Amino acid sequence: MLKVVSPGLLTTVQDDGRTGYQSRGVPVCGAMDRYALFAANILVGNDMNEPALEITALGPTLEFESANIFALAGGRFAAALDGAPLKPGRAYAAARGSVLTVGAAEDGFRAYVAVAGGLDAERVMGSAATCIAAGFGGYMGRALQTGDRIGMKAPRAWMSGMTRRETKLRYSAEPDIRVIMGPQDDLFSQRGKDIFLGSEYRLSGDCDRMGYRLDGRDIEYSPGNDGNIVSDGVAMGSVQVPSGKPIIMMADRQTIGGYAKIACVISADLPLLAQKRPGDSIRFREVSVMQAQESWRRLVRALRALEEDIAAEDIW
Amino acid sequence: MRDEGAVMKKYKLRPCGDSAVTMVFGSGISPELNREVVRCLHALRRADVRGITELVPAYCSLTVHYDPLLLSYEELCGRINGLDCAEHAAEASSAELLTVPVCYGGQYGPDLASVAELCGMSEAEVVALHSAAEYLVYMLGFMPGFPYLGGMDERIAAPRLETPRVRIEAGSVGIAGKQTGIYPLASPGGWRIIGRTPLRLFDAASGETLCRAGMRLRFVPVSVEEFAELEASVC
Repeated sequence: MLKVVSPGLLTTVQDDGRTGYQSRGVPVCGAMDRYALFAANILVGNDMNEPALEITALGPTLEFESANIFALAGGRFAAALDGAPLKPGRAYAAARGSVLTVGAAEDGFRAYVAVAGGLDAERVMGSAATCIAAGFGGYMGRALQTGDRIGMKAPRAWMSGMTRRETKLRYSAEPDIRVIMGPQDDLFSQRGKDIFLGSEYRLSGDCDRMGYRLDGRDIEYSPGNDGNIVSDGVAMGSVQVPSGKPIIMMADRQTIGGYAKIACVISADLPLLAQKRPGDSIRFREVSVMQAQESWRRLVRALRALEEDIAAEDIW
Repeated sequence: MRDEGAVMKKYKLRPCGDSAVTMVFGSGISPELNREVVRCLHALRRADVRGITELVPAYCSLTVHYDPLLLSYEELCGRINGLDCAEHAAEASSAELLTVPVCYGGQYGPDLASVAELCGMSEAEVVALHSAAEYLVYMLGFMPGFPYLGGMDERIAAPRLETPRVRIEAGSVGIAGKQTGIYPLASPGGWRIIGRTPLRLFDAASGETLCRAGMRLRFVPVSVEEFAELEASVC
């Protein structure tokens, strides 16, 4: 078991989300930064979407009640194992009784702790993602608290190829977040669209797993329109504009939305957003669906290459 | 790319990011438009397209979520445009009728009195109007199992509470403006609660929901005793 000595700011069990139930009103939830989740799992030899712990801003302190291999990937946190500083993006062996202190984020905002063999988490509707709003999935449907003990399905004291279990997660340093316009971009004036794509927006203090509220210039609607629409489906990264200011829908978003969506952040750039903190600035840049899908393919190819590299047999 | 198929079709296709596409059938709320949505939902489900991960119906649109690694945007549009949704008209119109037992007023409907007062009628009249209508479930959303119902008599429309309640029990039947609905899970909220049903709208373990888009629904008044019996049998 993994014992929670202190829970950190918001630590939840997440995999890559609950798919197939949105038509029943069930939110997808899952990792805010899938790139980091996948990488953490690959480093410890798991399936990419095995449940891991999502860490936010200030991480937990965890005691390994059984020895196991683990990896921390995502933003750079001031992490240490039994007091010895850890490098992000690398697998380590924890002995029985070892204490992992994840610490505060130094660069970026979120990270994932994956353990070899995966976490023994509550699967609901096929996913171990925590649905905080409805209280199910993951660990008791809630964020971790002091004293919680989470099972590890197949802990192991050692793994082969430990020197290969390392990667540099290179997040783009550009403030650009790429978007696909629509589906309700026609409810905005050309001036409104120009403002949206030409201005700097800042993450307000009101940013969480449900959505990011942004500060910046108001986005103008086309004549006769306001931010209201007849409710329709939304996607992660959808940029709703209820009354001038943009709100980006994130992992815990509701399945249906009643506000005009000017654009949607592309899948490959959602990890960048997940690593932004309140106060950070971003700019939106339009790309085509084809470019967006090619970017996602490139991201997944890089992860598969890492997976192959780790699994490769040693020559000597 | 131009979606040429849509010229002859009854919908427009709009990308909703790189992993979803929305079929837009119109911009209003009507049973006819919703039938189009449900028809295409059935057609797509039958087509069993590899790469489509979710079909999310709404008032007058259908959002198709997909895995861009398995299906490109162009390929998906091609598959959608190649469908014949009219084939599924029968499925959409012979939709199930769900009867929902409700114990109105008293401890289960703390706001029935205020709704009656606001609407200038007796509590019995509110109950009669609420339970006389046949409602259409347009879609589920907002929270797991929550049905967006259409067809409530406007004479019993009442504004939301000024101060929302900290906790509304699961099964609570409420009115907010011209809408009526049922809370599937206990949650805070501002709807005026006029009654409660012992039925479970959502079961997390199985993912089953009582309601589905396109379903018809009627509320049936039951007594406190009947409520207790039903509640015992549901558990």
